[in-house]
Amino acid sequence: MNFEYSEEQTMIKDSVERFVREEYGFDVRRQIIESDDGYSREYWAKFAELGWLSIPFSEQYGGYGGSVDDVAAIMEAFGKGNVVEPFVPTVLMFGGLLAHSGNEALMSAYIPRIIAGECLGAFAYLERQSRFEMTDIATTARDDKDMLIINGEKTVVLNGTSADALVVAVRTSGEQFDRRGISLVLVDADTPGVEVTGYAMMDGQRAANIKFVDVAVAKDCLLGALDEGMDIVDKMVPEALLAFCAQAQGIMETLNETTVKYTKTRNQFGVPISSFQVLQHRMVDNFMAAEQARSMLYRGLCAYGSGSVETECERSRSLHALKAIVAKSSKLIGEEAIQIHGGMGMTDELDVGHFVKRLMTINTMFGDGDYHQKAFNRLSYQSAS
Amino acid sequence: MDVIFSQEDLAFRDEVRAFFSAEFDASMAQEWQGGRGVDYKSAIVKWQKKLHAKGWIAPGWPTQYGGTGWSVTQKFIFETERGAAGIPDVVPFGLKMVAPVIYTFGNEQQKAKFLPRILSSEDWWCQGYSEPGAGSDLAALNTTADYAGENYIVNGRKIWTTLAQYADWIFCLVRTSKEVRRQQGISFLLIDMKTQGITVKPIVTIDGKHSLNEVLFEDVEVPVENLIGEQDKGWTYAKALLAHERTGMADVADSKRSFAALKARASDEVNGGVAMIEDPVFQMRLSDIEMELMALEYTELRVYASMAAGGMPGPESSLLKIKGTEIVQAIQELQLQLAAYYGSALPVASEHDVLGHEYAAEARSSYMYGRAATIYGGSNEVQRNVIAKMVLGV
Repeated sequence: MNFEYSEEQTMIKDSVERFVREEYGFDVRRQIIESDDGYSREYWAKFAELGWLSIPFSEQYGGYGGSVDDVAAIMEAFGKGNVVEPFVPTVLMFGGLLAHSGNEALMSAYIPRIIAGECLGAFAYLERQSRFEMTDIATTARDDKDMLIINGEKTVVLNGTSADALVVAVRTSGEQFDRRGISLVLVDADTPGVEVTGYAMMDGQRAANIKFVDVAVAKDCLLGALDEGMDIVDKMVPEALLAFCAQAQGIMETLNETTVKYTKTRNQFGVPISSFQVLQHRMVDNFMAAEQARSMLYRGLCAYGSGSVETECERSRSLHALKAIVAKSSKLIGEEAIQIHGGMGMTDELDVGHFVKRLMTINTMFGDGDYHQKAFNRLSYQSAS
Repeated sequence: MDVIFSQEDLAFRDEVRAFFSAEFDASMAQEWQGGRGVDYKSAIVKWQKKLHAKGWIAPGWPTQYGGTGWSVTQKFIFETERGAAGIPDVVPFGLKMVAPVIYTFGNEQQKAKFLPRILSSEDWWCQGYSEPGAGSDLAALNTTADYAGENYIVNGRKIWTTLAQYADWIFCLVRTSKEVRRQQGISFLLIDMKTQGITVKPIVTIDGKHSLNEVLFEDVEVPVENLIGEQDKGWTYAKALLAHERTGMADVADSKRSFAALKARASDEVNGGVAMIEDPVFQMRLSDIEMELMALEYTELRVYASMAAGGMPGPESSLLKIKGTEIVQAIQELQLQLAAYYGSALPVASEHDVLGHEYAAEARSSYMYGRAATIYGGSNEVQRNVIAKMVLGV
């Protein structure tokens, strides 16, 4: 039994925290999210230089060979600074899909470039109608000799504006909701017929709608087997979810600290408002919500760690419960942080609202709390008869 | 980060499991069904004597007084297996509450006199803390102990005294002097329940049962050798005891078992021909509880892990009582909801099965008595005050 980050993980975490503290202040972040790119190229190069982009990849491709814990250590620290750089879309989603694809040629072509900070990526899977159902895919890829011809539209592609390459989920057979018949194809962003319409999300990160009009891609750009793309997606999603939840953890704890600190300095009726029991008890509830989320994060990390002996069902249950608990805790903590900061909590010039908006977007990633709770229910509650 | 147990720990788990399944059988569980009724004392004492014979009655004690010498992990395993087997915890007043005070702050005569009889369950203890005017504000207590040569003369009233009707001894906080700081004039006294001047009055609770009492003291003579430590220092001793108690209050293993029972019943109970466990709204209520319980299980593991590493429990430990009791109550609430109006009917003596839903009566009484969980051991509001002060620093 061990719930500490290892010495190496603590070192990584400390170095990310130092970066956030010294170089990623609120004003710097504001400039970054208002820039054209919506992220800092300079910092991205720095992440590469410090080795952060190499963490989850295997040594074979120049990676660090890290675990879900290693990624969590970084993501918690990213949470504290509300770091907006597209680490999850590029490294964990785009890179994660490649790493699980088994396609050696693509892996050796792209992973070293991701690690070097030379290739940004994105995963284009959502469509206008699909909401949280990842198998609801209408974008098609038609067989044409050695090529696949892609037609359709993807929405809310995280990092879609800056991505040099995309993994696109397309339907190669079956009906709209079928799990089988979905294939993953790597498409360079400058391929003819790829039309990107970018926009900012409320938390500052960039996303895009991407249209594919007769986009022709060689068949050797398939990740894994034709029609079996969801097998790869299923391996990537837990890793990305754990990372998002770790980031949310860093944010929730930062919000709680900020709120408690504010109540100690804000005077009303001649006393600091921290002396009011009604606020004290609410802040205790917020503290407990964050601790329960941390425990659930650890449960998820243990379930997906290398030494895990959990069944697939138990792992999934832990993951669904984690996302649902993080949804509940982050909603409570975010709303309470704004409320207890009073009028100041409403202002754009305070970081509180920006943290809250990040928590809100994380909540929608790969399904919101209710979606995951229902998935948890399906795995947990069946009639014995 | 991992939850891997060593081979030794796994072997220990098997040993505990084997002991429980050999020694705790269905008939014993049935004796417990009387709940807090007349058979409760003999049933639990019988079980405690088995644990004592095995040497496992007091895992929390230092070995020189009869503890097991188990590692933190082994204690955790023991507790988990006990809960999983549906075995109630030992009665805490002697083994977990007064004994740590006696072996930590008592003198050699007191240790020799009391500890062996607590281990063997020969003495039943109860706790004399709360008073009509001193609940959450315990230091407001008014029961007096006046020093009179060889004896203290005790006068006053203690209330909410659980299972005092069975008790041979009571440990009391009493006022021995009126200091400016109220906490400074309190002493810790051990009192024989057979002493002249003690009256136990039953209090029937909203579950219709009798487990609480009022204990009256009228000129009760208590020998001075029954004072723990120094006079007027009792508050310090009692506070040390509260810290001892805290990690044991999450009841995770017990809640996991009662949640499993709830699920099984939700599978049997139907509405419109559909099992309640298939009802989407009921499923949400189930998972609201189960997910919190899964998180709490790891909160508890985090506390055990930091203690096993030789550290002190961190801030996460302070929420165990609040979350643990909230979950206990949430399970009881859902159980009663499942029992619907069958749970409102009081049991009737009859040859045949009148109502069905045989768990329903217990669902009602455990719900009613379960309201106490967020009140006793420092109400959950007081616990929040403690976290606000000690953890948040406000």
